[in-house]
Amino acid sequence: MPLEPVTQVTGRAVFIPGADIDTDRIIPARFMKCVTFDGLGEFAFYDVRFNSETSEKTDHPLNDPRFAEASILVAGVNFGCGSSREHAPQSLRKYGFNGVIAESFAEIFFGNSTTLAMPCVIATAADIAKLRDAIDADPTTSVTIDVDKLRVSTSGGLDFPVTMPDSARDALISGRWDPIQELLDNDAAIVAKARELHYV
Amino acid sequence: MGKSLFQKVWDAHTVGTLADGRTQLFIGTHLIHEVTSPQAFGMLRDLGLKVKFPKRTFATVDHIVPTINQDAPQDPLAAEMMQALRKNADDFEVTYFDLASGKQGIVHVVGPEQGITQPGTTIACGDSHTATHGAFGAIAFGIGTTQVRDVLATQTLALEELKVRRIEVNGDLRPGVYAKDVILHIIRLLGAKGGIGYGYEYAGDVFDRMSMEERMTVCNMSIEGGARCGYVNPDAKTVAYLQGRPYVDMSDFDATAARWLSFASDADAHYDDIVRINAGDIEPTVTWGISPDHGISISETIPDPAKAATAQEKASIVEALEYMKLKPGTPIKGVEIDVAFIGSCTNGRISDFREVAKYIQGHKVAPGVQAIVVPGSQIVAIQCEQEGLPKIFTDAGFEWRGAGCSMCLAMNPDKLVGDQLCASSSNRNFKGRQGSPTGRTVLMSPVMVAAAAINGHISDARELFHIAD
Ligand code: SF4
Repeated sequence: MPLEPVTQVTGRAVFIPGADIDTDRIIPARFMKCVTFDGLGEFAFYDVRFNSETSEKTDHPLNDPRFAEASILVAGVNFGCGSSREHAPQSLRKYGFNGVIAESFAEIFFGNSTTLAMPCVIATAADIAKLRDAIDADPTTSVTIDVDKLRVSTSGGLDFPVTMPDSARDALISGRWDPIQELLDNDAAIVAKARELHYV
Repeated sequence: MGKSLFQKVWDAHTVGTLADGRTQLFIGTHLIHEVTSPQAFGMLRDLGLKVKFPKRTFATVDHIVPTINQDAPQDPLAAEMMQALRKNADDFEVTYFDLASGKQGIVHVVGPEQGITQPGTTIACGDSHTATHGAFGAIAFGIGTTQVRDVLATQTLALEELKVRRIEVNGDLRPGVYAKDVILHIIRLLGAKGGIGYGYEYAGDVFDRMSMEERMTVCNMSIEGGARCGYVNPDAKTVAYLQGRPYVDMSDFDATAARWLSFASDADAHYDDIVRINAGDIEPTVTWGISPDHGISISETIPDPAKAATAQEKASIVEALEYMKLKPGTPIKGVEIDVAFIGSCTNGRISDFREVAKYIQGHKVAPGVQAIVVPGSQIVAIQCEQEGLPKIFTDAGFEWRGAGCSMCLAMNPDKLVGDQLCASSSNRNFKGRQGSPTGRTVLMSPVMVAAAAINGHISDARELFHIAD
């Protein structure tokens, strides 16, 4: 299947503070009134990036010009919790993010992101804090997520281990992050299973 | 060692193991709605694929439907989404419970109501509250849109097996304590991320005694506790509820019922974790913050960040209190409300409206409070009418609306304005959830919402309605 393996992603990073950042925060529900995912990028984190009364930009990190080129998102615990909306990882992807490093992820968000070839890796709170300080001190710091070796390193010399479920790592590095072809290939087994299940 | 229901259903639906080690799981029932399906159908068209089992796919429209003049959305984007679903259902020959069918409603109300939701089956829907269907002993997952595509195209998903945590609640619930309080209490104890990696099995006296609708309320909020799915083992109540419903095959019902019951967990089943809770400890519970695990009993005070155990907990309390504009250390009881909402897939079923109607006669919604009541489906709405419930609500000053998700997430015209505070029977109190980026949500049971609406502030329904211990 002709998918690009995702073994490494590299880019500048931005830290988004806060625990339990839910998918309503990542993409407010009103922007889900759409029949395609195109154009969702500009609405990522909309309600925390813009003041609701004045529509002016807030001091959210994504509005900070120092982080304008960031393509790696760094966050705290339980990132992407709440609604299963794929609009959330889609909006991050369309915004330009290629990878996320956090203390933990909500499962549906994690799965959706993997299927979009956006690796989500888990780091300790201490390593996230060091990474945050490093990118704050120098926003041009280049951060690399090595999906194959399960490490995150920076141009400033940080280097720490991260984790990710084997199946997701495998899917990314072998270019099988979108499972559709493999699912389709097992058609005979699917039909046999359907026959076996009394209610189908 | 025996098997849990989760394992039995998982094994029965496993098609094979994929190269990355995940399971290819057959999805017996696929529910779709207007918000997360149009892109999936788009992907299907791009790939030149068909819906593999159109008869196992059921659509309805819920999130964007206005609750006043249901079929005439003023919003062109909403109209476009409704048209897209119509076209996709027609093009791909999928059953669609549309507005004209008289069966439209919130997807998680419609499935059980039609008897589509059955024990021992796998169910997927592009909506995280799909866990609701677990009340029937089904394994039901919320999925993303690309996975909706996968199910449409292959009727399967690539999934990783979950661990199973059995949550036993034994003893008697006190009067005025509802299924909603039970699940808010569980989430408070185990945390909003406590269930990550798990499916929850709800067991013990309390769930055994619950009606099917109460079980749905509990399973519905599994996702708020971080669990991917939640279920109650099927029993005689499950069978009785389903008997005679439109999508239940009645040709050999005894055999069907026996098969359903055979999926219940074995007495010696293996669990990865067991949690035991005493029913008598559960109080009417409300949220004070911006995460579903920010819960306290109605008689408690709002948490004080100074008393937090960790720096992280402190930061989370500070952030929540700032957003909610609440004062630490003060009682939650008495906090003024602007809006009251009874509805959603958590608490928008006939039993919810019946229960509230029992108490509100002779009362009036407080001046300045907007109180709206939204049945979960057209069928629920009709049942309510047959029982004379709308009049009881409107006499008490509530607005009676048409079926839909309404103010649960406000993708329709029902929205909070500014920093309005809403006493809500829905499931999420996230920042901005109810349509205003600064709107505030306090989750509670429907009877507690009614008490708040009548008093104009968050109240102990047991006091107002004389529900005695
Ligand atoms: S009622 Fe709320 S939670 Fe339930 S499906 Fe609708 S929007 Fe989702």
